[in-house]
Amino acid sequence: MDLLTIAMPKGRIYEEALEILAEAGIPVPDDLTKETRKLILTAPVAQLAFFLAKPMDVATYVEYGVADLGIVGKDVLLEESRNVYELLDLQISPCRVSVAGLPNKAKVNGRIATKYPSIAEKYFRSIGEQVEVVKLNGSIELAPLIGLADRIVDIVSTGQTLRENGLVELETITTVTSRLIANRASYQLKYKRVSSFFDQLKKHIERRGNRD
Amino acid sequence: MSPEAFEKPIGFQDVTPTLARKKREMESRLSEVFSSWGYQEVMTPALEYAETVGRASAISEDKMFRLIGQERAMLVLRPDQTAPIARMVNSLLQHEKLPLRLFYHASVFRTQEQAAGRRAELYQSGVELIGEASVKADAELVALAISALQTCQTSSFRLVLGHVALLSALLTAVCPPEDQRSQLIGYLNHRDYVGFEALLHQLEDKKGVSDLLRLCRGLDKKEYLEPLLSHSSDQVVEAAKQLTRIWEILEDYGYESYLTVDIRLLGKLDYYTGMYFEGFAEGVGFAILSGGRYDQLYGQFGRSLPATGFAFRMNNLLETSNIDMEATKQTILYYPVFLRKAAITKAKELRESGYAVILQIDDTISEVVWRES
Repeated sequence: MDLLTIAMPKGRIYEEALEILAEAGIPVPDDLTKETRKLILTAPVAQLAFFLAKPMDVATYVEYGVADLGIVGKDVLLEESRNVYELLDLQISPCRVSVAGLPNKAKVNGRIATKYPSIAEKYFRSIGEQVEVVKLNGSIELAPLIGLADRIVDIVSTGQTLRENGLVELETITTVTSRLIANRASYQLKYKRVSSFFDQLKKHIERRGNRD
Repeated sequence: MSPEAFEKPIGFQDVTPTLARKKREMESRLSEVFSSWGYQEVMTPALEYAETVGRASAISEDKMFRLIGQERAMLVLRPDQTAPIARMVNSLLQHEKLPLRLFYHASVFRTQEQAAGRRAELYQSGVELIGEASVKADAELVALAISALQTCQTSSFRLVLGHVALLSALLTAVCPPEDQRSQLIGYLNHRDYVGFEALLHQLEDKKGVSDLLRLCRGLDKKEYLEPLLSHSSDQVVEAAKQLTRIWEILEDYGYESYLTVDIRLLGKLDYYTGMYFEGFAEGVGFAILSGGRYDQLYGQFGRSLPATGFAFRMNNLLETSNIDMEATKQTILYYPVFLRKAAITKAKELRESGYAVILQIDDTISEVVWRES
C-alpha cells in the first residue's frame, strides 16, 4: 500500500481538522493531538504520515508533491493560486475574508493593509477602485488605528477582534471554509488511496450535515 | 538591486556535468525512439515575432520574454515549440507530403514571479504529427509517449486522457446557459472541484448532473465510457467514440494498464480541440508530459491542418528517470617532452578505442605511461 502524506495547517484550523479526520475514522497518530515538537508523525498500519506546516505553506507543499494531500483554508487557496486539486469542502472553520475599517471615517490615503495582497488587489480591481496594498504579516487590525492604512482586508470569524479594536466590517469579499487538496500527480498515481480517503471524509461530512 | 557575480536571472539554471550527461543521454534515447517511429528532428530560432508566433502560441502573452529587434519589431523568446513548428511547416515545408512527423529538443522560455520556485527556461523534448485528423494519430502519440517513457526507465507512470470536445459537449448537455457553463469551465481550469460540484448541484437537470458526477472519477477501464456512447447529445457520442477508439488502439499495443480517463482534464482552452493528455510519474509532483490535438493553430499560419503533439517536460522527467550515468573514466597519459610525438600517437590510439585521454608532461619519467585517474 502506498504511503499517503498529509500536510496539516497549524493554528486556527488545526483542532477542527484533526477532529473531523478522527470522527471520519481516519487513524490519527496520538502525538498529533498532544503538544509535540515532532514535525512528522506516522500512523504506520494505515500507511499515513502527517506533518504540520504554516497554513500559507500547505498549498505549496502539496503543489510540489512533498505532501500528497493537505488541509487548508480557502483563503490560502485564493491568495496563493497554487496548482493543486481542490477536492472537498470540509465545512469546518467557517469565516469571511472582509474589508474592515474605522466607522464613519473618510478615505485618507487609499492604502489597504493585509496578509492577503493578492485577494485584496483582485477584489478592489473588480469593484473598480485603485488602491495601494501594503502587505503585513500579523496584527492587521493595528494598521487603521495608527494611520498606516484606511482599511484592512482580513479573515473575520466572530468579529470580536474587530470590535475590540473599534473596527467595523465594511464589505464581505468571500466566505471561506477549509478544503481537502491533493497534488496533481498523487491524485492520478495514488488514485485508489486518495479516493478512499476522500470518500471516508465525504461520507462523514454528509452525515454531519444531515444531523445539523 | 544589482546582481552578485554568481547569480542567474530568476528561474534560470546551470547544468553541471553530471546533470548534463544525464540530460544528453535521455535526449539521445528519445531521439532514437522518435526516429524509429518515423519522426524527423527540426530546430527553430530562439527568437520569433510577437505578432505572429507570439500571438499564435498557447502561452499567454504576459508569460513571454519580450525584446525589441533591430528593425524595431517586438520579438519574443520562444515560448513554446509548437507554434514555431507550425510556422515552419506552413512555409519551408509546405510542399512536403502529409502527414508530417517531426520532433525537437529545445528550451522554451516563460517569465516567472519572484520566489514562486518555478522555472523560466524549460527543457522540452516533443513531437508533432501534422496533417492527420483521425484518432489513429492521437493513439500513435500516446503510444509513442509510453514507449519513450519506458526507454527512459521512468519510475511507475500513468497517462491520463481527457477530451476537450467531450467535456464541452457534456457540460453543454447539463448546463445550456453559457455564462454558467463558462463558470464551470473556470472552476475546472483552477482544478477547483468543490466549486465545480457545488455549481452543478444548482442545475435543473438532476439526472444529467448525477450521471456526469459518476463519470468524474478516475476511469481506468474503457467500459466506463460505454454509457456515453448512447448519450442524447451527438457531440458527446462522437467524442466518446473517439476516446474509446483511442483506448482500443492502445490495447493493441498492450498499454491499457498505463491509462486512466479523466473527463474533467482540461488543456489550455481554445487551443486544444480534441483529445488532451498528461503524464505523471512517481517521485515528481508535476506533470512530466502533456499534449493533445490542436486543429485550429495551423489556420493562423495560412493553411488549416489538423495536428496533434506532445512534449516531455525534461526538467521533471530528469528527476524521475532511473538512468544512472556514470562519468566516463578519464585516462591520464604522462610523457616526457622529448617523447611528445609518440605520446600524441598513443593518445590517438587510446581515444579511438574509447578512452577519454588527457595528456600531461612529466619530465621525471623517460617513457610514455598512462593510468586511469
